[in-house]
Amino acid sequence: MKGFSLIILCLLILAVVTFFSMGVGRYPVSPASLLSWIATGQCPDDTLPVILFNIRLPRLIGAVAAGGALAMSGAAYQGMFRNPMVSPDILGVSSGAGFGAALAILLSFPVAGIQILSFAGGITAVLIAVSISKTIGRSHDSVLVLVLSGIIISSLFGALLSMLKYVADPDDKLPAITYWLMGSLANIRGSDLAVILPLLFVGSIPLMLVSWRLNVLSFGEDEARSLGVHTGWMRALVILCATLMSASIISFTGIIGWVGLIVPHLARFVAGPNHRMLLPVSFLFGGIFMLVVDNVARSLASVEIPIGIITAILGAPFFIWFLKKSSGKSW
Amino acid sequence: MVKERNIVLELSHTDLGYDGRVVLRDVSLTIQSGEIVCLLGSNGVGKTTLFKTILGFIKPIAGLITIDGTDISRFSPKDFARLVAYVPQLHHSPFPYTVRDVVLFGRTVHLALFASPCKKDRDIADSFLELLDITHLAERAFSELSGGERQMVIIARALTQEARFIILDEPTSNLDYGNQVRIIRKIGELCRQSVGILMATHTPDHAFMIASKVVVVNNGSLFCCGKPEITLTPETLKQIYGVDVQVFDTPYNGICSRKVCVPVMEPATENFSKHKQ
Repeated sequence: MKGFSLIILCLLILAVVTFFSMGVGRYPVSPASLLSWIATGQCPDDTLPVILFNIRLPRLIGAVAAGGALAMSGAAYQGMFRNPMVSPDILGVSSGAGFGAALAILLSFPVAGIQILSFAGGITAVLIAVSISKTIGRSHDSVLVLVLSGIIISSLFGALLSMLKYVADPDDKLPAITYWLMGSLANIRGSDLAVILPLLFVGSIPLMLVSWRLNVLSFGEDEARSLGVHTGWMRALVILCATLMSASIISFTGIIGWVGLIVPHLARFVAGPNHRMLLPVSFLFGGIFMLVVDNVARSLASVEIPIGIITAILGAPFFIWFLKKSSGKSW
Repeated sequence: MVKERNIVLELSHTDLGYDGRVVLRDVSLTIQSGEIVCLLGSNGVGKTTLFKTILGFIKPIAGLITIDGTDISRFSPKDFARLVAYVPQLHHSPFPYTVRDVVLFGRTVHLALFASPCKKDRDIADSFLELLDITHLAERAFSELSGGERQMVIIARALTQEARFIILDEPTSNLDYGNQVRIIRKIGELCRQSVGILMATHTPDHAFMIASKVVVVNNGSLFCCGKPEITLTPETLKQIYGVDVQVFDTPYNGICSRKVCVPVMEPATENFSKHKQ
């Protein structure tokens, strides 16, 4: 499909899914009553606008932002690391954010404190991973060293997180940490979006602007250089933007896995590998995927299921199916 | 293409190597635009080190590499890529870009930082696909091509870069006999576009076919350098490769002749015994 029409189609699907998602939840809202409200301007009852604008709409926008940002940073990382098995937390952003959040919960910080410390933890973990790869030096394959540094930092912060969980009060602090780590979109409010959306904007625009060069970078260090791309700067920019996006999402939602790994695959299958198209399509696919998953999370059982669990349960079989389907082909 | 002013890539008394360990000592070499230079040498003798140094991936330990009088370390990656294009030996992309896209990547160097190619860039890429007779591959996935086709695509990409020099690392490795000859012919035609070519090869015949100059590396330095017909004697070849090679003249259309290398060897046994009867 031609680029422009694919984007339009994705936007349409996103709009339709968003519309129907407004009706999903503990307080049922039928699409018909929504339509008549839009058509006549007459609100069928008084609680509806409150629920819609204060709770449901921020949550839906949060879901689109979260899915989109994780998928887009995953796509950018897969291109940069030249590896379709890479996800946004390859450099340790999730484990750093988890550690930050756990520390804030342990110190009984308010919600904003948890968000700030988790964001800082995510960024710090990535910075440490990058500086380790710098000190290991130039004589090695720089992409490989970066991945290894990320693995080291992830497991280090994972261990520190376990330490915090071990000393946490098992009656209230430990469950809070555990729930945070499972990820949820339930607590996103309009005021959170006012912070998240500008951060995503700052992270995604530079990525979109350099998307052509990201293609060249996926041919590897030497080739990209010989094609005139300043590989060091490009890598720094991609890491900065992707980390900013994923850390700002994770700090509000907790850890949501899988999206950043599988959605770029799906997007590449439909839109092709050119990052000019792949990045925006990944964002839109990620948004749609997250909306659907979040609908499942809040309607499957009487108690809301943490979204990180659902992405993993849905993601694993889906990924297996996808790998089988595309086997024999290159990514 | 417009005939441009000749420029020179020059190494003067350069020591090359990794981490302070010298691999090649005191290398002096010039390549003019519009000239084909073949680089010969046995495995592991430092040909790739030489390439990586000329391409700026590793810094020379001592001495200077200049293009048109300017030290190459003073060029930005972009300016340098406008002067020198690179055709690596193994190239693989984890993602299935189309051949046209891969060739278009050569235009990156002519684009503004945030831009992507426009119609003019596409036309240039298409013209080089045509020049190399691979237009029919344009919509295929690069990652699904055969080795020879990929090699052609990467050469088209290097041409699309419109650099003054192209450095090719064993462009015929992994190719069947016909594709080898085709690639060598195409490379021979390129120098008419006033492109300077430095090509590593393991086939001395390539030098006789297209090179105006041959450079031999051996024992940690430049062993010899000059016209192929004069430089590549059986004695030199023996010293490079350690095997006996004869060099013959083969006539071409009655007027001129080209030299060929033939390894000295007994014919295969079966043939030999048949012949004797």
